[in-house]
Amino acid sequence: MVSVPLLSLSIWVPILAGVAVLAAGGEGNARNQKWIALGGAVLGFLVTLPLYTKFDLQSPGFQFTEREIWIERFNVYYHLGVDGISVLFVLLNSFITILVVIAGWSVVEKRVSQYYASFLVMSGMLNGVFASLDALLFYVFFEGTLIPMFIIIGVWGGPNRVYAAVKFFLYTLLGSLLMLVSMLYLYNKAGGSFAITDWHKLPLALDVQIWLFFGLLLAFAVKVPMWPVHTWLPDAHTEAPTGGSVVLAAILLKLGAYGFVRFTLPILPDASQKLSWLMIALSLIAIAYIGLVTLVQTDMKRLIAYSSVSHMGFCTLGFFLFNAYGVEGALVQMISHGFVSAALFLCIGVMYDRMHSRAIADYGGVVNTMPRFAALMMLFAMANAGLPATSGFVGEFMVIMGAMKKSYWLAFVAATTLILGASYTLWMYKRVIFGGVANEQVGKLKDLNWRETVVLTALAAATLFMGVYPVAFTEVMHASVNDLLRHVALPKL
Amino acid sequence: MSVREIINHMPVLPEVIVLLGACALMLVDLKVKSERRIASFRLAQGVLIAAAAATVFVQWVNGPDKLYLFSGLFVSDALSNLLKTVCYAAVWAALVYSRQYLLDRGLLRGEFITLLLFALLGMMIMISASSFLTVYLGLELMSLCLYALVALNRDSPLSTEAAMKYFVLGALSSGLLLYGMSMVYGATGSLNITEVARVTAQLAGATTDRSFLVFGLVFVVAGLAFKIGVAPFHMWIPDVYHGAPTAVTLVIGSAPKVAAFAMAVRMLINGLPDLAHDWQEMLALLALLSMAIGNITAIAQSNLKRMLAYSTIAHMGFMLLGLLSGVIGGNRLSADDAYTAALFYVIVYVIMSVGAFGMLLYLSRAGFECENLDDLKGLSKTSPWFAFLMLILMFSLAGIPPTAGFYAKLAVLSAAVTAGYLWLAVAAVILSLVGAFYYLRIVKLMYFDDPKEGAAAPGHPEMRLLLSANGLVLLLFGIAPSMLMNVCFEVIKAL
Repeated sequence: MVSVPLLSLSIWVPILAGVAVLAAGGEGNARNQKWIALGGAVLGFLVTLPLYTKFDLQSPGFQFTEREIWIERFNVYYHLGVDGISVLFVLLNSFITILVVIAGWSVVEKRVSQYYASFLVMSGMLNGVFASLDALLFYVFFEGTLIPMFIIIGVWGGPNRVYAAVKFFLYTLLGSLLMLVSMLYLYNKAGGSFAITDWHKLPLALDVQIWLFFGLLLAFAVKVPMWPVHTWLPDAHTEAPTGGSVVLAAILLKLGAYGFVRFTLPILPDASQKLSWLMIALSLIAIAYIGLVTLVQTDMKRLIAYSSVSHMGFCTLGFFLFNAYGVEGALVQMISHGFVSAALFLCIGVMYDRMHSRAIADYGGVVNTMPRFAALMMLFAMANAGLPATSGFVGEFMVIMGAMKKSYWLAFVAATTLILGASYTLWMYKRVIFGGVANEQVGKLKDLNWRETVVLTALAAATLFMGVYPVAFTEVMHASVNDLLRHVALPKL
Repeated sequence: MSVREIINHMPVLPEVIVLLGACALMLVDLKVKSERRIASFRLAQGVLIAAAAATVFVQWVNGPDKLYLFSGLFVSDALSNLLKTVCYAAVWAALVYSRQYLLDRGLLRGEFITLLLFALLGMMIMISASSFLTVYLGLELMSLCLYALVALNRDSPLSTEAAMKYFVLGALSSGLLLYGMSMVYGATGSLNITEVARVTAQLAGATTDRSFLVFGLVFVVAGLAFKIGVAPFHMWIPDVYHGAPTAVTLVIGSAPKVAAFAMAVRMLINGLPDLAHDWQEMLALLALLSMAIGNITAIAQSNLKRMLAYSTIAHMGFMLLGLLSGVIGGNRLSADDAYTAALFYVIVYVIMSVGAFGMLLYLSRAGFECENLDDLKGLSKTSPWFAFLMLILMFSLAGIPPTAGFYAKLAVLSAAVTAGYLWLAVAAVILSLVGAFYYLRIVKLMYFDDPKEGAAAPGHPEMRLLLSANGLVLLLFGIAPSMLMNVCFEVIKAL
């Protein structure tokens, strides 16, 4: 037990840094604001490091817990803690925040302070989502992230940004409001407690479980996003600024999948078992059908957005297989996708900043003018396609193994992603990067500057490390995942 | 009257102060030249401070006790003291926010301030009413002042029309209310609220026919619904909000809601608790209709004041969710929770409403009314701080955490779920999603669009300060809602 409230720090350091950036004044002061933002992000990452180094691998329970009464009237606690499932996401989020701050350094010109403040505040709240052990606290953070993201898409986004921002907001709000009602129901059932761990023990009849399952499903499915409620994602991704897309893909999508592991599986195990066919079917549709949809995209950002839907299908598939391979594979996939999709969006951002186009057709032969960039992007494309020795392979392979245990055909359909993923990613890569120089503009491209190099190299290192030595990640999860699976196997009726 | 009797009547001190203050103001204002009107303004603020101090003193002396005065016509309890304090704050804000606006339009006359204080007195009487007669007395005092205030700008046809509509419909609803009260009187033989409660309890226990009483209840609820402004008795709200000068809209949209809430508590919860089953069903219908009509119609509005008017209707529907969830199958165990939720909602709503209209007043200048959605375009570029405050206000109205509006919604939804109105809770969240759209549109206009010509007027420093505090308090209650919630609970427990 450490006395320093690490989790509180991981939440409040970025938020306070965001406030500080806002307080640092107007447009003229942009330089200082950037440095404050970077300082806040780095500090925010540093305080999360002990969460990993001091993490007790043997313990399946929650660690680094903090508990203070927050709202007496509703018995709500400011209750934080992480287990093997959530700790990695806090780290991932804080890591990505630094990259986002650096990536926006010379790109963002208007309303710099608001840009950085939005990202930092959002980063703090996202840490809060992963660290909350109280459902209402979870909900407050979960919903609270909508506000900065709405502003980010709407202010710094592309031409159709308003539509995308409003669609994003309303879609996610619909899901979460029904989740709120479900939570209130559980609060009543649990005798006036919002503690997630109390809900884990709460016996519930099957029909009640099924109703609650659907109440929660919509909230999480929209976030993941699962087919058929994924349509907000391509719009939001396409219109968001690069930093927004990165956070959206790397972290925000994980909230939905995380919700399944933290809420749906342990609180409603019987409904989850009973409806696993539905979840598996939806996941397979996401993997195979969205994979096909991805093939025909002509806009690079849209392509990566759809590929995200397809990859996130693996996460939901893995969770509802109810075996250790599946669940751990899904968690690994979530983290890997955090690195890879962030990197790909940053790559597209690099090109977009120079050419102001996202259309594949406008590119060709980029390798001739930007060789360093082409090499790095190659790695990320391979990781997205699931090449062994990259992080993308580990998660997908584990989930497919898990699926194989359940049924051969399940594994077969899931494995189509290896073909489809390779096709859409590499085909895009070929059209954009290889070939002769397509037009004059491509001929004038300059290779990566040092800031972009730093960001992409960091992600490349993470991707490779995770591909070569995934144990560093899975060993953290083991105890908690096994505990979760034991819990899910017990009926709660 | 002996000294002892005077001391016994100490709980009416706030009312006496406001009454004397309003009268004094009327006289003083005759002597004040129009360019020195600020003296009347300061005097009114002084009256408010004195009344607030008196209220705090009364509360401090009484503690949690309930005191009945004037043969049971008047009651002083924790609820009345809290609600009165909220009213003072709302009227204070109305004065500060509207000063520049009224000055620019030549409307900062003694009438505004005097009528405002008399309306406040009416509200205070409603809040402390312990007899149907006192309720009516306070209600009429308040309403008559408000009718006149709406017509303050007598050269504006829109205002005159609004005042006329307000007056005719208001008179009608008062008639309904009186009719209902007379029925209740016929059935119970008393106008005193505690006495009515005692007799209805006997009637409810016996097998006698209650239809007479329930018939009266229908009219009481209808009159109440009109004053609170819930569908289908909402027709006057958009027109009055739109037609009245914005300063007066702020007045109508804030403190009177508190008074109407008090009226509901006094008549339904204190007076007719044994008919709870009947009035809860009625309120459920009203709540659902209001949330639906308010939120859906608000989308179609291009006028900000009209939009906020429909948003009021929706919000009052939400507030009713708390009031109607108290008694579950004759069981009053969770009643305190439910009424606390409604009280919390109404207080938070008043803070939001005052802030939103205050923002409109802030953005209006001489010769320019900020009342269309487009007038907010690009506000985040011209004045980022006030755009941020408006952002908080809008997200709070939409009920998005971490703002106070979220906890208000949470509290009433929780009450509804506890009472078993799961369908109503689901309908409410879906309709609040609809509502989120038009609040978002304002954020969109402020943040995503480019500004139109002209920058906002700098505004008076006092106003800027209060407006900032007003916005930030919503964030404060969003991060630490416990303070206000506990106060509300203590107050309801003492009811």
